[in-house]
Amino acid sequence: MSTDSTQSSSLEQPSVADGAEPETQRLGVLKTYKLFVGGKFPRTESGRYDPLAAPSGDLIANVSRGSRKDFREAVVAARAAQSGWAGRSAYNRGQILYRIAEVLEGRKAQFREELELCGLSSEDASSEVAHAIDTWVHYAGWCDKFQQLFSTVNPVASSHFNFTLLEPTGVVAIVAAEEGGLAGLTAALAPAIASGNTCIALASERFPLSAITFGEVLHTSDVPAGVVNLLTGRRSELIEHIASHLDVNAVVSYDPDPDRRKRLQEEAVHNVKRVILREPGHGPSPYAILDTTEAKTTWHPIGT
Amino acid sequence: MTTPDETSESTPETADTTPTSDKRELRFDTSWSYAPAPESTDHIRLESTYGLFIDGEMVEPASGERFSTINPARDEKLADVSMAGAADVDRAVQAARQALEGPWGQMSDAERGKILFRVARMIQERARELAIIESLDGGKPIRESRDIDIPLVAAHFFYYAGWADKLEFAFPGRHARPLGVAGQIIPWNFPLLMAAWKLAPALATGNTVVLKPAETTPLTALKLAEILQDAGVPPGVVNIVTGAGETGAELVQHPLVDKVAFTGSTEVGKIIQRALAGTSKRFTLELGGKAANIVFEDAAIDQAVEGIVNGIFFNQGHVCCAGSRLFVQESVADLLVAKLKDRMATLIVGDPLDKNTDIGAINSSDQLEKIESYLEIGKSEGVEVYQPSCSVPDSGFWCRPTLFLGCAQSHRVVQEEIFGPVLAVQTFRTVDEAIKKANNTPYGLSGGVWTDKGAKAFRISDKLRAGVVWANTYNKFDPSSPFGGYKESGVGREGGLHGLSPYLELSA
Repeated sequence: MSTDSTQSSSLEQPSVADGAEPETQRLGVLKTYKLFVGGKFPRTESGRYDPLAAPSGDLIANVSRGSRKDFREAVVAARAAQSGWAGRSAYNRGQILYRIAEVLEGRKAQFREELELCGLSSEDASSEVAHAIDTWVHYAGWCDKFQQLFSTVNPVASSHFNFTLLEPTGVVAIVAAEEGGLAGLTAALAPAIASGNTCIALASERFPLSAITFGEVLHTSDVPAGVVNLLTGRRSELIEHIASHLDVNAVVSYDPDPDRRKRLQEEAVHNVKRVILREPGHGPSPYAILDTTEAKTTWHPIGT
Repeated sequence: MTTPDETSESTPETADTTPTSDKRELRFDTSWSYAPAPESTDHIRLESTYGLFIDGEMVEPASGERFSTINPARDEKLADVSMAGAADVDRAVQAARQALEGPWGQMSDAERGKILFRVARMIQERARELAIIESLDGGKPIRESRDIDIPLVAAHFFYYAGWADKLEFAFPGRHARPLGVAGQIIPWNFPLLMAAWKLAPALATGNTVVLKPAETTPLTALKLAEILQDAGVPPGVVNIVTGAGETGAELVQHPLVDKVAFTGSTEVGKIIQRALAGTSKRFTLELGGKAANIVFEDAAIDQAVEGIVNGIFFNQGHVCCAGSRLFVQESVADLLVAKLKDRMATLIVGDPLDKNTDIGAINSSDQLEKIESYLEIGKSEGVEVYQPSCSVPDSGFWCRPTLFLGCAQSHRVVQEEIFGPVLAVQTFRTVDEAIKKANNTPYGLSGGVWTDKGAKAFRISDKLRAGVVWANTYNKFDPSSPFGGYKESGVGREGGLHGLSPYLELSA
């Protein structure tokens, strides 16, 4: 039983310890994977789902197939949360990001299990979860430092005090990497919320479970409702709506498909959205924080 | 030690604030007036016909087509310039490409910087000539072109010249490389200054450039070509293709252009952003604005009035960051508007070359038509339109400084960028209301706040969704100061350290 657990692991026996005799009579409790919007876990309003199967062919979950309306609801939640999140002190945001790492660390096993269920080797699953946790710790530390790195006091020739600092771009939509259900999501989310943006992330289609379970982590990590909203669904269906939404300020996409990239860039023009296209697999960097910030310059006369 | 007058000013709620009956009214209908003080044009050399500046020399356009650039203050032709077509743009881009692989790419960073320092110095040497041509071609008052535009042009080259050999210090943990060929399209409101904003950072970071000046103001860019040659900028490093919108479109779409930098309207900016979708070209856009200039009751009112005037009437209001929406706290609104009207009565509208002129000519008949259409829109929306009764010349394109009074958020004259000397005035009661109204626009380029309370100034500055905030000042510019918009006012920053990265590929 335990030797080929990745092959035969099924939802009927979710909590079998290695080598233990299975409690054959107990029926496992299936989890309903819903969306995470505004700090709650709603079903998609559309009532649609996409079945997610393990490599063995067994059904793992009926994953919510998020709709345009779900996305719009999530934007409303993200917008409502934005100024409050940006208004937190950098120190406080840093502590909350660190708290995410703490809670994630405590739930490593669950994330590993889910990733394995979706076909990752146990080694890969372990390393992905560890990487995600460490990435949150890394960006937790950046919250109160990137500003010092990228802000300037400008020596203007006139008698003015002039400084430039970074502010969050606002509401950021994320199309997460297809590979790395947890690490990919983390790489996109952490730098965006570190500066005070709020996000709507469309999870990997292949590894959607980690995203929703990650919502549970966010839910218990003092992250205010609406700061991160997580959707599952099809990027081919949602990309146009993500790109054209007038209350989204930026889109960060890891989607490699050239047609969808072009579509995203074209539809982004309606409100001069910032489009950041990334290749998956880059290590954490303060320049990733910079991508979803705006530089604001303030002038004030020096005099009497 | 206050005088009775100052005392009465501190209790505005009881003061009689209608300008006609106020005992402090300024009177200008006296028998004296300013004698004309025109700047002489003797020193200026203008050819009757200009070619395109490609690969280090002035060449004939392949099309043979030309168009006239006029003096908007007299509606008279100044020169014929070339209309660059697809073949010309291609030639210019090819020249830029070759220069990138040739002398410019091989030059050391320090030498590249030294050339730009030379350019800065030569601009200073020829400042008077450039200022006069700028005012002739664009209609802006000589006081502004002489004291603001051209000095800032030189300052921009001087500032970025010094960055050329210091880029490794600008981006910690990153290696910086030039992007390649930059296609740059600039507007007509600050013709040479916008050329400097575009060229200086692009060249300092090692790129080569094809620059397209605005259709109505090509002359100072062509003069700059002479300076670039004299300074020893290698052929092909900067190419200048004059023309209209189609020329710009050719440049944007050219496959060998690696980066597009555009300053102009949000409408055209969106067309460019769409045209670049699906390509690997990088871009920066500096687009329109509808800035809020917010005056609180605790502000120094007379200084605020000067700031409002500078905010909206500077350069005939042809300024993307113009303070075109005025928000006045209700308690001081009557007093402030009265003082503003008084101040507007002193503004001299007329010959751009006259050193006394405050407001010059509207840049083109098209722009005048647009402004006048908004005057009509304002009237039809029911706002009160106020203009002082100043005289304007008979020929040329002119617009008196204008107030729209009693505006609401929904009025088109409040929502849309007019790009002229017209100011939409609204009132507010609370800080939150001011912030909410100020941010209620798709634009986010700039904003102003007038208050004597430091905490309030910082709060407003923090809450305004705009790239530049002027607190107790307005329309100040400096090469070391980053400039650029939030939201639909653009993408990217120009100026300062933040103006470098849009021209660089940063790799780990």
